Amino acid sequence: MPAIEVEDLRVCYGDRKAVDGVSFAVEPGEVLALLGPNGAGKTTTVETLEGYRSPTSGAVRVLGWDPITEHRKLVSSIGVVLQRGGVYPVMSPERVLKLFASYYTDPRSPAELLELLGLEQVAATPFKRLSGGEQQRLALALALVGRPRVCFLDEPTAGVDPAGRIAVRDVIASIRGDGVAVLLTSHELDEVERLADRVVIIDHGRVLAAGAPGEVGGGGEEVRFSVEGGVDIAALGAALLVEVISEGPGLYRLSGSPSPALVAQLTAFLAEHDLALGDLRIGRERLEDVFLRLITKEPDE
Amino acid sequence: MTLERGETLLVTVGIPAFLLVFFSLVHVLPIGTKHPVDFLAPGILGLAVMSTAMVSLGIATGFERSYGVLKRLGSTPLGRRRLLLAKIASVLVVEVLQIVVLGAISLGLGWRPHAAAGLAVIAELLATFGFAGIGLAMAGALRAEINLALSNATYLILLLIGGIVFPLDKLGGFAAFARLLPTAALSDALHPTLGQGVAPGAEAWIVLAAWAIVAPIVAALSFSWE
Repeated sequence: MPAIEVEDLRVCYGDRKAVDGVSFAVEPGEVLALLGPNGAGKTTTVETLEGYRSPTSGAVRVLGWDPITEHRKLVSSIGVVLQRGGVYPVMSPERVLKLFASYYTDPRSPAELLELLGLEQVAATPFKRLSGGEQQRLALALALVGRPRVCFLDEPTAGVDPAGRIAVRDVIASIRGDGVAVLLTSHELDEVERLADRVVIIDHGRVLAAGAPGEVGGGGEEVRFSVEGGVDIAALGAALLVEVISEGPGLYRLSGSPSPALVAQLTAFLAEHDLALGDLRIGRERLEDVFLRLITKEPDE
Repeated sequence: MTLERGETLLVTVGIPAFLLVFFSLVHVLPIGTKHPVDFLAPGILGLAVMSTAMVSLGIATGFERSYGVLKRLGSTPLGRRRLLLAKIASVLVVEVLQIVVLGAISLGLGWRPHAAAGLAVIAELLATFGFAGIGLAMAGALRAEINLALSNATYLILLLIGGIVFPLDKLGGFAAFARLLPTAALSDALHPTLGQGVAPGAEAWIVLAAWAIVAPIVAALSFSWE
């Protein structure tokens, strides 16, 4: 049984469709990222799974439970990072962790969580005086204190510095190893590429693409390169027998599949014309390119 | 937590204590008795309940709502019922503390109560529910800063027309309106029970009970958690 199931979910605020027919599932021990620009419907989807909002239509289940009618069973098995807030401004991380630990029957030790997320130095500092990254790491610690089987992390790395990101990433990898299902949202592509087993890209409340970070969008393999001062794309195309697509000043893409022979011909052409190769990348379309390609398309109404 | 907030103690104990001492020693009020404390003490005990159950509870809950604390607690096993019970318990603890401190000050100022203590406690409890309902209704519907301002304004108005420092029968045209409000009804209930040791009139009970029932229902129906 999947830990999280979303089937044709629709959520409307008045006339506005925030989520318009989204489906996906997350298995135990899997990290799924909802990726999309602000206002795409990510938070609404997550908050429906947490039981904060009612679906207008469609079905959601978490560990087989209905998040609203079976909310009391659900809450002892989920861990939540809200997009913002959630902590008394005057409370220290240590105090608020102890308080939250008291709500659960078998909590993790607050001291262990402070260490895990690198918060020992600020354990006694009031929440409002923590940096954005420290606040976000405390929110993650609070999500983990009840030993959840499902974690909902809304923008868990927003405002977190690079060292903190590594800590957050390690923690997410470790709970995945323990069999926890993790649903996270993000609009930061690098982060998602590193964290997630699968990505669901949504915009305007609809799923645009879904799959592993390297495969999503069905983008084929390709060769990208840049040439200082530019190159005559017609001449190059004729020499390589593939189409050369200009993607900006000095930036090009070859439409053919990246065989070693094609790359050798490309470099030979550039050497012959004494052109400096600035950058050469061979492989799948990067997630960022897929993302930008998908969300800049007009939604087909 | 509640007791740690300095401003809470100021509202719940400091201001009532100051009013009690000031007006007992400085005879500026149209009370018409040689011992102002005999009039002031019951009203101040009523004011104490209002400050805790309405102002302090309402403002704290309003800020918890705006900080997202209530929303975050909604996805923990704490649950609404235990949260509400914790809030009720904290209000009652503060009220007991207030009654001890303010009662001791009153006795020190020469107050000699003829107490029907049981009836006074019932009146205080009814008033607590009414005030808590009003405080939570405002906290659950308004932005935290607006709630803060409005709670303090309500407190000041009810202090002036609640029979606490000015006797209700000196309020003229205000009195009939004031007697429909929970503060004046509580004063009307506490003055006879604590002053003469007799039961108050039916009107005070009806007004207190009505607020105690209606205000929490309004709060429960209108409360928005985020």
